[in-house]
Amino acid sequence: MTTILESLNRGLRTCLEESDRVYVIGEDVLDPYGGAFKVTRGLSTDYPEHVITTPVSEAGIVGVGVGMALRGLFPVIEIMFGDFISLTVDQLINHAAKFRWMSNDQVRVPLVVRTPMGGRRGYGPTHSQSLEKHLLGAPGLRVVAATALGDAGELLRKAVLEDEDPVLFLEHKVLYAKPIIAHDELSDFEVDVSDDPYPTYRLRIAGAPTPVITLTAYGYSAELAREAVKRLAYEHEIFSDLIVPTHLSPFELSDLFSAVRQTKRLLTVEEGTMTLGWGAEVIARALEELGAGLHAQRVAAGDMPIPAAGLLETAVLPQVEDIIEAAVALSEAN
Amino acid sequence: MSRPDNAAFYRRMLRIRRFEETVLDLFPRGLFYGTTHTYIGQEANAVGVLAWLREGDIVVSNHRCHGHFLAYGGSMRSLAAELMGRSTGVCGGRGGSQHIQWRDFYANGILGGTVPMAAGMASTEKLKEGDKMVFSFMGDGTLGEGVVYETLNIAALGAFPILFIVENNRYAQSTPTRLNLAGEIPDRFKAFGIPVESIDSTDVVEIHEAIEPMLKYVREKNGPAAFVVHTYRFAPHSKGDDSRDPEEIARYRTKDPLPIQAERLEEANQREIQESVEMEVADAFEQAESDPAAEPASLTSPLGKSQ
Repeated sequence: MTTILESLNRGLRTCLEESDRVYVIGEDVLDPYGGAFKVTRGLSTDYPEHVITTPVSEAGIVGVGVGMALRGLFPVIEIMFGDFISLTVDQLINHAAKFRWMSNDQVRVPLVVRTPMGGRRGYGPTHSQSLEKHLLGAPGLRVVAATALGDAGELLRKAVLEDEDPVLFLEHKVLYAKPIIAHDELSDFEVDVSDDPYPTYRLRIAGAPTPVITLTAYGYSAELAREAVKRLAYEHEIFSDLIVPTHLSPFELSDLFSAVRQTKRLLTVEEGTMTLGWGAEVIARALEELGAGLHAQRVAAGDMPIPAAGLLETAVLPQVEDIIEAAVALSEAN
Repeated sequence: MSRPDNAAFYRRMLRIRRFEETVLDLFPRGLFYGTTHTYIGQEANAVGVLAWLREGDIVVSNHRCHGHFLAYGGSMRSLAAELMGRSTGVCGGRGGSQHIQWRDFYANGILGGTVPMAAGMASTEKLKEGDKMVFSFMGDGTLGEGVVYETLNIAALGAFPILFIVENNRYAQSTPTRLNLAGEIPDRFKAFGIPVESIDSTDVVEIHEAIEPMLKYVREKNGPAAFVVHTYRFAPHSKGDDSRDPEEIARYRTKDPLPIQAERLEEANQREIQESVEMEVADAFEQAESDPAAEPASLTSPLGKSQ
């Protein structure tokens, strides 16, 4: 069994092995500490020249990464908590994402910024958020989200070694300890994987009747959605399919559209706040693509900061029960 | 490196001066779209500093980048074309006045944002064990940006080969330094253990000489250094937005870097340079004007997809 954490660690190790242009950079990334979430553990011991610890200067280190990338290196910057991505936004939007385009394609910025988003750990308002919605759709910035359905380390390797554009690579704190799910272990599901560099996964209950609802979710939310799909089938006899993208921005929705074309019912699930979020854009695009007759609903975090107390946090973040409830309601819409 | 002769210094400064004056003269004709930040009055800085440039050195500039670009060796015609939105512009009309990328020259319009990027470029040179260095220009206004100090710390810790050049033109847009800059500028570098030289001058020769110890320091891989030039811009921050006291401007005009340098030349030599620069400027703008406009059909989606 490989956890997502081990997979990511292995992915970084592979990058360092395969290219001497790779530099892993971040706060507290050196051994023996090995990073706040231990994704970089062991790397500085084996690649001391290529793993660089930094001051607590998120904007500065992402800017340094932009400069390194512009000059031909493959920097991988760790931002310790996804919440701190706000400190780097100028570097991401005005520098990393712009230079290639505004130079009329004269330069490339092969930068990767990795960060753990997400709550459910009791870390409170500034260490639990899923802030990616603020960066989705920023022209020139790719956003990729790791999932338990595939090899997160390989996804990261592609971003580092094969993508010549800047990538914001999203991890989820709760996913770290989860095992990567081998598809043959998903005995309840049939799984299709698109052949995109950053694939989309399509799951449906094995041997079930035609789905009547399409769910879509990424990252850890996809795990909740997968649980909901199972319980909807076994407890409610509502059959659904689940589309899990890893390529969030630019929006890569063709697999979703083909599923929704059949079901005409779309439920989006995300851990970010609901208003003006990922689900809103996905539904708008589905509506434009498929026209009238689409029924849609969103499950997302409440539009408020994430509280620290466990009971309160659970109330604000989407749970499996919320997804089931929304799906049942949506199945009855006409 | 041998010092450029007095005539070369004068010519380089005059190219910048006449380019910028022509931009301001032509703006009312509607040839340009948007805005511009001219370098008039500060020419001695770019020319004096960048005369030390070696092949492959990196220059990182800011919103007021025309002077740096021309002193770097950029083409007048492609800069004029960029300002006019022509397909022949340095960046095909996408960047405009503040966003110029050519060879190892990079400019962006976000104050301070380019400074960590410049440090990252310097770190790359260090990691590659090359012999190149980075010239990173900023103004006094940029000293208000927090990321600058993150960068000074990082660059000092990593001993990156970078020279920070502060052109203190005494105004951040309309705000005088006395209202936005506490303490003394050199102290901001000293706090990070970064050596710094300062000069209050518009004399290109003086500036060129004063920076030499800092350049030597950087080139010998001892890490970052800084150079502060107290200067003045004669023209508005951008086009018509000048609220400074005209008497103050007139006072600084008496220290115009061009006449200071011209005095070192024979009159005939001055005239010859002036005539040839006039022709170069006229040709550049004329050619740029007749170049084809950047076409909307040339627009591509970043990352190859609609967002």
